[in-house]
Amino acid sequence: MIDLQNVAYSYGGGELLSDMTLKLAPGSFHFLTGPSGSGKSTFLKLCYAELLPTAGRVTIFDREVRGMSRDDVARMRQRIGVVHQDCQFLDHLSLAENVALPLQVAGREVAAEASDVLDLLGWVGLKAQVAALPPSLSGGERQRAALARAIIMSPDVILADEPTGNLDWEMSVRLLTLLVELNRMGKTILIATHDLNLIRTVKAQVSARVLRIRDRRLQLAGADL
Amino acid sequence: MSGLSDRLRGLVTGETQADRVVPPSGHTARLTSFTAAAMAFLTVFALALSLAAGRLADRWQATLTGSATIRISAPDDQMTAQTNAVLAVLKTTPGISAFRPLTVDEERALLEPWFGPDLPLDSLPIPQLIEVEGQGYDAEGLRLRLAAEAPGAVLDDHTRWREPLVRAAMRIRTLGLVAILLIAGATAAMITLAANAALSANAQVIRVLRLVGARDVYIARAFVRRFSLRALAGAVVGTVAGMAAMAFLPAADEAGGFLTGLGFQGLHWLWPLAIPPLAAVVSFVATRAAALRTLKGLM
Repeated sequence: MIDLQNVAYSYGGGELLSDMTLKLAPGSFHFLTGPSGSGKSTFLKLCYAELLPTAGRVTIFDREVRGMSRDDVARMRQRIGVVHQDCQFLDHLSLAENVALPLQVAGREVAAEASDVLDLLGWVGLKAQVAALPPSLSGGERQRAALARAIIMSPDVILADEPTGNLDWEMSVRLLTLLVELNRMGKTILIATHDLNLIRTVKAQVSARVLRIRDRRLQLAGADL
Repeated sequence: MSGLSDRLRGLVTGETQADRVVPPSGHTARLTSFTAAAMAFLTVFALALSLAAGRLADRWQATLTGSATIRISAPDDQMTAQTNAVLAVLKTTPGISAFRPLTVDEERALLEPWFGPDLPLDSLPIPQLIEVEGQGYDAEGLRLRLAAEAPGAVLDDHTRWREPLVRAAMRIRTLGLVAILLIAGATAAMITLAANAALSANAQVIRVLRLVGARDVYIARAFVRRFSLRALAGAVVGTVAGMAAMAFLPAADEAGGFLTGLGFQGLHWLWPLAIPPLAAVVSFVATRAAALRTLKGLM
């Protein structure tokens, strides 16, 4: 699905990520951990071509990102759901319209899939907020809405960057449980988080690999987890 | 070409759902509409100036091309003989359709505006004038024959002062057309600036759209359609205002000359109707180029 070979990323004259190799196989579940500022978000951005590597190769769905046109990148992103910590929405559109946005930009008939949107919002516990505008939602509701938007297109891969950053423990576990359910449906999941307790909790439910960024390099996390 | 027509059709028929991804932005909307209205208003005047100058050039050309004057300056005792000789030459010149010597009263009427009504023509050496009508005659050949038959006769076919006037009118017409092009360019520049401002103000919207897989043309289309329709609406208002102003200009008459003939005449009233769609096309091209250029800078 996503294949990184000896990838490095430099910014402002310094190397932020170095010699990283990772293959995200279909249906796999990965955690990416590391201290704040270690480059977890940068790594995720390399995985959906928001950033291009300064060295090495990133291959997404069997295509090297450097060879992709802007339209190719757009089409590739329709197959990858991304959840950010600072989940951004179009604040002038309702929650349902925001969740349906990927369908709309992909040229699909939103009205015909309205029931799917409502079902999905029900699944993430936001059915009552269908018509609400994003600024009126709580942090937890925004995170779940971001997840709903990320999976509305039934993507092959879901990348989540600190998806529980703004949530309390109970809500964090609930959101992670949703991601575990998606993984059981065959989705490939990569979650960047610094919350080791959360990782331990989820590892009890699903077989997941835990990766760590240390000294700009990617390592397989040890028994401390 | 069909691609452009499809895009323009999409512009008019609309994709309201896609449009909604861009939040309404009052400031740039008003700026675009006002710019388009003002520019359309000015374009109506530039167009009217250009068309009036063209009409003037045509009228001068048509009025003066077929007429000429022969002036005979000769001593009193030779005046009649030379006049008769000139009339004889004219009678045998191919292309001359009519000619006649002006009477003393007609010559007095011509001079009256400058010298007053009591001009003693009898005591002044006034030349005899002969009015000539004709098309396609050989002016140079006629001059040579007149020089041989009546040495005091000079043919004035008005070329000397007609050509500079016609040239001046044609230049005014060109000036009007250049003004229209400059207005179109200025409109494009201002709408580009407004579009850039809107794109910058909506950076987060664009980021979200790219994140969920929107192609550049999808994002650009939302901006392009909005700006083009604003430009169209503004231009309609400006054009109607300009045409109304033209309608209230004084009617063309002899006394006012060029200035009072500045409005549109006949079918020329249809020309300004092309301004709003052209403004929309200018806006379409300018906004699309600005949007795609901006989007290329983002991943």
